[in-house]
Amino acid sequence: MRIINRRPSRLLTLALGLVPFIATILVYAVASHYRRLENPADKLLPSLDSMGQAFWRMAAVPDRRSGDLLLWVDTFDSLWRLGTGMAVSTLLALILGISIGFIPHIRSALAPYIATFSLIPPITILPILFITFGLGEVSKIALIVIGTAPIMVRSTAQAVLDIPREMIIKAETLGASVWQMVTRLVLPQVLPKLITALRLGLVPAWIFLISAEAIASTTGLGYRIFLVRRYLAMDVILPYVVWITLLAFLLDRLLLLLSRRAFRWNHLGSDAL
Amino acid sequence: MSIVATPKLSVQGLTKSYDGTPVLERVDLLVEDGSFCTIVGASGCGKSTFLRMLLSQELPTRGQILLDGAPLPDEPTPDRGIVFQKYSVFSHLTVAENLILAAEFAGAPLSGRLFGKSRRRAKDDIDEILDRIGLKAAADRYPVQLSGGMQQRLAIAQALIKKPNILLLDEPFGALDPGIRVDMHELLLGLWKDLGMTIFMVTHDIHEAFKLGTRLLVFDKVRHDPQAPDAYGATITYDLPLSSPETAPEKLPEDIAGAIRQPAQNTPQKTQTPKTYEERP
Repeated sequence: MRIINRRPSRLLTLALGLVPFIATILVYAVASHYRRLENPADKLLPSLDSMGQAFWRMAAVPDRRSGDLLLWVDTFDSLWRLGTGMAVSTLLALILGISIGFIPHIRSALAPYIATFSLIPPITILPILFITFGLGEVSKIALIVIGTAPIMVRSTAQAVLDIPREMIIKAETLGASVWQMVTRLVLPQVLPKLITALRLGLVPAWIFLISAEAIASTTGLGYRIFLVRRYLAMDVILPYVVWITLLAFLLDRLLLLLSRRAFRWNHLGSDAL
Repeated sequence: MSIVATPKLSVQGLTKSYDGTPVLERVDLLVEDGSFCTIVGASGCGKSTFLRMLLSQELPTRGQILLDGAPLPDEPTPDRGIVFQKYSVFSHLTVAENLILAAEFAGAPLSGRLFGKSRRRAKDDIDEILDRIGLKAAADRYPVQLSGGMQQRLAIAQALIKKPNILLLDEPFGALDPGIRVDMHELLLGLWKDLGMTIFMVTHDIHEAFKLGTRLLVFDKVRHDPQAPDAYGATITYDLPLSSPETAPEKLPEDIAGAIRQPAQNTPQKTQTPKTYEERP
């Protein structure tokens, strides 16, 4: 049987999926072991054990200065910024994307502008945001919005344009008004794709969040990583990176699950990643 | 064709060009109420374009179309139903939801959604048609879960919900198996006899056109310039009444099939492959 026609069993699928992860951990453990044989105080590749201790310290031992559990404070603040930013972006994508995709006059007016705006490297706007909004929460959230919204608006507008013209014509012959077509046809057809856009938008959103926190903040996962960098505290940085990755992964899976639950019709035909 | 006293639909000097290239030219037609017009022609001869203009999905370059003596509106309206070859039904709605959608549009201008008692009443109203198209057991399934024939039965039922005067069919059975097509013909003829609407159906199956129609319209080019194959558009070259099955039609399907293929033989330098049916401007 050709290899393209062979399908792994469920158990094997799980096992195959775990292999690269386990291999990475093993390679790291071996490398760390040999480095520490030469220098037991090596900072670059701390042992898994010391990383576990550092992570426990951040998660469960109150900070000596503030009395906070730093990991949870950082996580909460970062997720709050990320969530608010992405909520604003999603709302913009929905309103602007549907207007641009559905109404030719609005498309003519806004599509070139958004296309141009989306090409501005968002990080170059960060100093402007800091000057305008100060160093508080607004400028960090604004960076996430500026970095993600234009692309999400464009992909939502494209999703509206991709709705088969036949369906829109059919809705017209069934007596639908423009507003009814938006609520009963465009919105349900576009929402699954908006969730995909949101999942893809989360990738740059994390980058902008960490960047903004690294530059000016007093809490947050990005702030912590760049703070402890001064002490070469790899035992904190590495677990934090893993933690951020885990959070990003869980958010992504939750959104996929939401899409499968809410838009079953969209997932019946084909399997997606 | 004798002059019809009160034509349901009247097409006068219709011409359609895309970027100066004529697709249809000087199409004139009078159609009486309750006709079943089947439209055939070579690929890319503008028969689908003609149907789209009857739907107001596209507007004529010149000429006009009158429905009951009044010009057609500039956009699709509920007085003309449409069934496309695909994408005709809403993929995000179940069979029953697809069918009550028109009632929801009419009953709830703001939300476009009915709830509670009125929703249940709308669902009761579609019971009969669900039964007729044989989808009662599949009422809660999504279109992806239906076979091609079931999807087109749903599409026809949905197009008839608003009781349109004119039903337009754009190769509705083109993607179906021959056996299923025969069932679809029965369904369509039955609905046409009961509801009495005027039907225009584009098809590439000449036998289907002869079997279903009361009138056969053949679109083809009458003028040819061998140096410029696109210089002239197509028009109606044959207009055959098929209404009385007892008297044999003056032309047989084979004759028409030959007539359609003729231009390709006249212009041997026109060697490009036929356009697909979904030619778009």
